[in-house]
Amino acid sequence: MATELKQYLRPGVALPFCPGCGHRILLRLILKAIDELEINIDDMLFVSGIGCAGWIPSPHFNADTLHTLHGRAIAFATGAKMFNPKLKTMVISGDGDLVDIGGNHLLHAARRNIDLTVICANNMNYGQTGGQVCSTTPKGAVTQTTHGGSPYRPFDLCKLVNAAGAAYVARYLVSQGSVLVNSIKKALQIEGFCFIEAISPCPTQFGRQNRLDTPRETFKFVERMCITKEDAEGLSPAELEGKIVTGEFSNGRS
Amino acid sequence: MVWKKMKSMLPAGSYYFSGAEAIAEGAIAAGCGYYAGYPITPTTETLERISVRFRDVGSVFMQMEDEIASICSCIGASWAGAKAMTVTSGPGFSLMQEGIGYAVMTETPLVVVNAQRAGPSTGQISVSSGDIMQARWGSHGGIPTIALSPWSVQELYDQSINAFNLAEKYRVPVLIMAEAATAHLRERVNIPEEVELFDREKKPGAAPFGTEEDDGVPPMPSFGEGEKLLVTGSTHDAYGVRKTADPAIQGKLTARLYNKIMNRKEEIIEYEGYYLEDADIAVVCYGFTARSALFAVERLREEGIRVGMLRLNTLWPFADAIVRDVGSEVKKILVPEMNMGQIVGEVMKYAAGEVIPYNQMNGQVIYPNTIIEQLRRLL
Repeated sequence: MATELKQYLRPGVALPFCPGCGHRILLRLILKAIDELEINIDDMLFVSGIGCAGWIPSPHFNADTLHTLHGRAIAFATGAKMFNPKLKTMVISGDGDLVDIGGNHLLHAARRNIDLTVICANNMNYGQTGGQVCSTTPKGAVTQTTHGGSPYRPFDLCKLVNAAGAAYVARYLVSQGSVLVNSIKKALQIEGFCFIEAISPCPTQFGRQNRLDTPRETFKFVERMCITKEDAEGLSPAELEGKIVTGEFSNGRS
Repeated sequence: MVWKKMKSMLPAGSYYFSGAEAIAEGAIAAGCGYYAGYPITPTTETLERISVRFRDVGSVFMQMEDEIASICSCIGASWAGAKAMTVTSGPGFSLMQEGIGYAVMTETPLVVVNAQRAGPSTGQISVSSGDIMQARWGSHGGIPTIALSPWSVQELYDQSINAFNLAEKYRVPVLIMAEAATAHLRERVNIPEEVELFDREKKPGAAPFGTEEDDGVPPMPSFGEGEKLLVTGSTHDAYGVRKTADPAIQGKLTARLYNKIMNRKEEIIEYEGYYLEDADIAVVCYGFTARSALFAVERLREEGIRVGMLRLNTLWPFADAIVRDVGSEVKKILVPEMNMGQIVGEVMKYAAGEVIPYNQMNGQVIYPNTIIEQLRRLL
């Protein structure tokens, strides 16, 4: 990690992520955005749920961190933010946490336009419990609970949160470093509910079960699914089947 | 000294409130800064009154999407520095159990009111005291909270203030186990000139999750004070650092969470004895049932029958010492409850003599005549 970002890490704690995990990259990009905006990290509150992504801020960020119940990070963050609006509050958690078990809180916080920046690290499965299917697993993907391939369509998280009324919505891969940093910076500056889906490949659980034998192959697999918003324009629904569109999907409330 | 005397928010005097309204006014008098809730009979009136009155006092009210969100947002607000409260009934209380456990583990001051209705499930919105054991054992892990049992509208007001003081003092969720009958009852409430309030102790730089003593209550900082807090429901050391594979730290933490309440039983527990001095038979009861029991006891006393009553104002921690004392003095104990037998099991644990349950779960309060009848059968 770059030396200027190390100042934001809590002394004495080692990062727990597997080799090749996208979350480690995402952790760095979030800190880079905070650093570039010159935000005093002591003014921030980081709230996370249960799962690998819940460990991105807690205990690693040397700031106020609230590591909550599974699925409820946004509800906890709502209480803290509403009582003390001076707390610059960022929620960082996984897709299983924020969307599967906690989806209702996500929709309602977006509808209420609570001033939170929510970063959803989407690794397309339940990583911490060993790789089970979740609501963002691509159709046909093998997991520990879908040995014949997932029979269901995944959620389009950005469409979901956009429809619920968020002020800012964007999706990027963690390997799109500088655009993702810019997106996080934008979200931190917009007042209202901001949602960023960071596609964060999971080589250990998702990759292994889908015969993607190296982190590189897992990243390549996910990158091949991605298409920019600009390239997606004019494509038919059939052509977009199984694709993940990246870019900004702000609904104009910002 | 963290105790302080404050002027009551309402002008001193006599008011006519429903129980649900009295809860709201008690919370406001206690300095409640954040309330989150979800509509549910019989406590919707608390939610509605708070939504209006919080605008007068500058506190924050949120109607959340469910009871899970309500309790979780209260915990978030409590760490942001608020005295926080949520009010519900049985179905909502069941949803809140995981949050209660989180508040126990993270030592978050919090007040939860459950105006109990007749379960299981949606049941009826009529009265019950079916959630007494749930208050003690509902959240996994089994570490104690404090649970109170008010029997009047006046006490719903007083206990709401008391609950905030206990929550702040011991850094624990405090559960007010009200009942539908008192939530919807209208009675006179006397508001005094002043209230005595306890604010959580702060000590910058001190460990927020550990003390020298094995039963201590650590000071509690808030977010935004530069303490770089680590708050987690996972096993943690004195500074909040997760230690999920260390048996010594898990053992030490859970022992302290248990001891900080159980070693202070004497200062937490409140009870009232009536006509116990020469009683042969005692009624041990709580909540609305104690109103009927007192009427029954006084009626039988008029006939010269030596009966008495022990009222448990605090349900948890359980008043074991006084129950043991009463049990050794009387021949028989009657325990009437609006459930299929909950506190009676605790009474049996500690009372030496014969303990007889009377259970009624038909959504009606237990009438004085019923208790008179039950007592006559024991003569």
